[in-house]
Amino acid sequence: MFHTDTIAAISTGMTSSGIGIIRISGPDAIAIADKVYDSRSGKKLENMPTHTIHYGFIRDGEEFIDEVLVMLMRGPRSFTAEDTVEINCHGGVYAMNRILELVIRKGARPAQPGEFTKRAFLNGRIDLSQAEAVIDVINAKNEYALKSSVSQLKGSVLKVIKDIREKIIYHIAYIESALDDPEHISLDGYPKQLEEQVEQWKEKIRTLIASSENGKRMKEGIRTVIVGKPNAGKSSLLNVLLGEERAIVTDIAGTTRDVLEEQMSLSGISLNIIDTAGIRSTEDVVEKIGVKKAKTYARDADLIIYVVDSSTGLDENDEEIMEMIRDRKAIVLLNKMDLDCITTEEDIRKHLDKPVIPVSAKEEQGIDRLEQTVKDMFYDGSISFNDEIYITNMRQKAALKEALDSLEQVSVSIQNQMPEDFFSIDMMNAYEELGSITGESVGEDLVNEIFSKFCMGK
Amino acid sequence: MNHLEITTDVVVVGAGHAGCEAALACARLGLKTVIFTVSVDSIALMPCNPNVGGSSKGHLVREIDALGGEMGKNIDQTFIQSKMLNGSKGPAVHSLRAQADKKDYSSRMRKTLENTPNLTIKQAEVTEIIVEDGVLTGVKTFSGAVYHCKACVLCTGTYLKARCIYGDISNYTGPNGLQAANHLTDSLKANGIEMFRFKTGTPARIDKRTIDFSKMEEQFGDKRVVPFSFSTDPDDVQIDQISCWLTYTNEKTHEIIRANLDRSPLYSGMIEGTGPRYCPSIEDKVVRFADKNRHQVFIEPEGRYTNEMYVGGMSSSLPEDVQIAMYRSVPGLEHAEIVRNAYAIEYDCINARQLKPTLEFKKIQGLFSGGQFNGSSGYEEAAAQGLAAGINAAMKTLGREQVVFDRSESYIGVLIDDLVTKDNKEPYRMMTSRSEYRLLLRQDNADQRLTPLGHQIGLIDEETYQNLLEKERQIAEETKRVEHLNIGANPAVQAFLEAHQSTPLKTGTTLGELIRRPELDYEMLGELDPQRPQLNRGVGEQVNINIKYDGYIKRQLKQVEHFKKLENKKIPEGIHYEEIHGLRIEAQQKLNQFRPISVGQASRISGVSPADISVLLIYMEQMNHASHR
Repeated sequence: MFHTDTIAAISTGMTSSGIGIIRISGPDAIAIADKVYDSRSGKKLENMPTHTIHYGFIRDGEEFIDEVLVMLMRGPRSFTAEDTVEINCHGGVYAMNRILELVIRKGARPAQPGEFTKRAFLNGRIDLSQAEAVIDVINAKNEYALKSSVSQLKGSVLKVIKDIREKIIYHIAYIESALDDPEHISLDGYPKQLEEQVEQWKEKIRTLIASSENGKRMKEGIRTVIVGKPNAGKSSLLNVLLGEERAIVTDIAGTTRDVLEEQMSLSGISLNIIDTAGIRSTEDVVEKIGVKKAKTYARDADLIIYVVDSSTGLDENDEEIMEMIRDRKAIVLLNKMDLDCITTEEDIRKHLDKPVIPVSAKEEQGIDRLEQTVKDMFYDGSISFNDEIYITNMRQKAALKEALDSLEQVSVSIQNQMPEDFFSIDMMNAYEELGSITGESVGEDLVNEIFSKFCMGK
Repeated sequence: MNHLEITTDVVVVGAGHAGCEAALACARLGLKTVIFTVSVDSIALMPCNPNVGGSSKGHLVREIDALGGEMGKNIDQTFIQSKMLNGSKGPAVHSLRAQADKKDYSSRMRKTLENTPNLTIKQAEVTEIIVEDGVLTGVKTFSGAVYHCKACVLCTGTYLKARCIYGDISNYTGPNGLQAANHLTDSLKANGIEMFRFKTGTPARIDKRTIDFSKMEEQFGDKRVVPFSFSTDPDDVQIDQISCWLTYTNEKTHEIIRANLDRSPLYSGMIEGTGPRYCPSIEDKVVRFADKNRHQVFIEPEGRYTNEMYVGGMSSSLPEDVQIAMYRSVPGLEHAEIVRNAYAIEYDCINARQLKPTLEFKKIQGLFSGGQFNGSSGYEEAAAQGLAAGINAAMKTLGREQVVFDRSESYIGVLIDDLVTKDNKEPYRMMTSRSEYRLLLRQDNADQRLTPLGHQIGLIDEETYQNLLEKERQIAEETKRVEHLNIGANPAVQAFLEAHQSTPLKTGTTLGELIRRPELDYEMLGELDPQRPQLNRGVGEQVNINIKYDGYIKRQLKQVEHFKKLENKKIPEGIHYEEIHGLRIEAQQKLNQFRPISVGQASRISGVSPADISVLLIYMEQMNHASHR
């Protein structure tokens, strides 16, 4: 078998309905599952025959997370041909989340895009004629992961990470210069100075990890963007949707003054709704930024809700929006039906082949039809939530934790009075892990830093 | 016209540090070998600094020795001062550096070459390589003589189209005014080899009698000298050592340099070659590190029987009059007389990405190369490649499997992999930070890492090999014994710990646990270990390191295990990257250009992403299955 590590991911779509499956694959899959699975009778999965199903609970220490059915499949008779455990839990984003996190904490690593499929293939489980399809899956998932990885990072987070990386590489370069040219650069008293630095970096990374736990919920669910001209009634529509639903998970203001982000559950389907600034051509600089942002959000969305003010006529702004959403999953809401109707369903249909629903946000009419339409689209598969977004988050968090662990190791080495060359090895690990978040590889960074910052040589 | 025609097994072009190792390796493996040099008097010449080793370079010398090369033995017999650098740091960065008597170094190497069976030294300039259908068949010299051979190793150093420059003076010569090799480049180009032009430089040599050493700090060698070679008895290297001296440049020096920058060929555009960033000229340092008000200057003897002193830290290509003013501004050099001027040297070398990791040209079978010709810098880097290229030229000639040194096993592997895989824009120098597994690649265990390979190749004799096996057995046994040896919290132990500022024991422990304490080590703890057996040389050191750094070493071993997986996935030579569905265009082009030998090497090429590697793995798997059907 080619792989020695164990990977995990949520293998069902991420919705609040139905059953969720967390899949673990690799040599330690069963051992890891045993660390979190509690059968109540004390039986261990490792003693159970292959291809059996077990009832029990997932436990994090003393806390019960969910009631589950666990499927045990020993390699090679599994999808990946490796030992595989699938935990069937009660769906629910929160439970799936917790279980996956727990499994990762117990030694699994978040799967790379398409990695289960890749392993299945490399282990000879998938027919060779499907090789190209496998490659397509990996490429598609990877592309999506890359896109979502960068798009999910707030500018401020990116800056903090880059800032820490810069400092880490500077200090590695300092140590390495001194090792390379010990008669030139002395490390006397340096460990103490470094220790203070490392504490600061660790603190910043801890803050990032904590905030990723809050921020994460925003990202779950079908990425839904509400667009429309200013005053079309986008915000009041949002208020109606949120007001009607009690299952609001969070209420976090967006990162810019022009975008508001909310999460809600619509008939059990998680929607992550972004209310954008009205789209219209503008010369005003501030508004331009807002509009640009709105367009960006719309581009990355899984579903677009286009709100039209039926009491006014369609203009060039509407045409621009319709052009933008032509090839996208979209629903058109003809709002303000309580007022005199100037734009009709037929007017829209002439331009756009999308479901059109007359509503009145003010009178709260037509909202049930919207719900039904979203539900229909979701269940017939025309919109779906891509779990890559979620797993990307998980990967980022795992990378942050790895970086933190490496820096902890630096602290331990300093406290144990290890020689300085031991520090830079773990610092380099931290540097690499942080780079995997920002999408930067190491390459010649260190050598360049040494030569540019420190004068050495004969 | 009648010309001489000679048939031999291997031809080595150049007798510098790379050429000597290459030729010795081939001849020692029983192949008829001819080594060419433009001057027999310049065999193993050290045209720049008078030392061997230093950080990471010392590792290379140890590795060369462990494989059966000559450099370590040669310096052990000709050094005049020796130091273990970074002694207070971790074992991975301990590095030996010895000052050489240059003349002695060169003479002894020449004698070794002369006395090696199967080896012929020939003073002549090789002007052409002869290639038929992509296979090297021989070389031609300036006189028209043809040497037919099965393999050739090019180690031309800095001699190809060499030009020495200072101020507005430029000479078309190799280092030290030696004859340059002006024809071979054209032949290489005609055979489709891509050439680069690199630059390096050397400082002035000063007459010792004109130096005031009272204004300098004396730099002594180590009290107890450690030899480079595993085969040298340490008792044989405890010699009377000669000191080096430390002084500094100052603002006045820097002013002189700044005032004359317009006369520097570097800044006037007269020099076109790319120089190394790690070995900047003094004018470069003053410009690039303007905030530093002084730079170190090491005054090092060139040998026992000469008054010439090397001015380390002040290489330059400024005009002669500026050089005099500049050197004389340094404390202790006020009345210095320059024997040889500092100069910069430009030379032709190759883009090493045209080489396989065996150092054979991808396009020309039987043609190998090593040393500065491959775009490296430094005697040790050169010797390491020369040895590797020589070994593989021999393997090729003997019809045996060639050797690929990998990154997880040696600095030689790191050096070669970096050269043939990475985009190298300046003369490449070894550094410990270039090795990702440096805790494992220590200078103290080079024998354990490489001597079995040297034995398998045929450069290490049976006795040396058996000694190594015995050493390894003792290390394993003693490590186990020490880990299980119980130490009680008795008064003698507590007194010992107190005497060494170590926390007293609360309960009993093992000797291994005590060795792990930073303030203690295996050697010191001999006091608490009366049953300690008689062990071979170097065993105690290995036991100490194994135990003390156990956790770190295990972590690196795990990384290596992971690394090896991709390294062992060899890519078939005839692979058609353009046929691989799903591979990005950029990756296709890069892979086509490099033609890496393994998936591991492919993954280190810039522009090839992890997703590309997945695609490549899947494609290879598919091919594999298809061919088995």
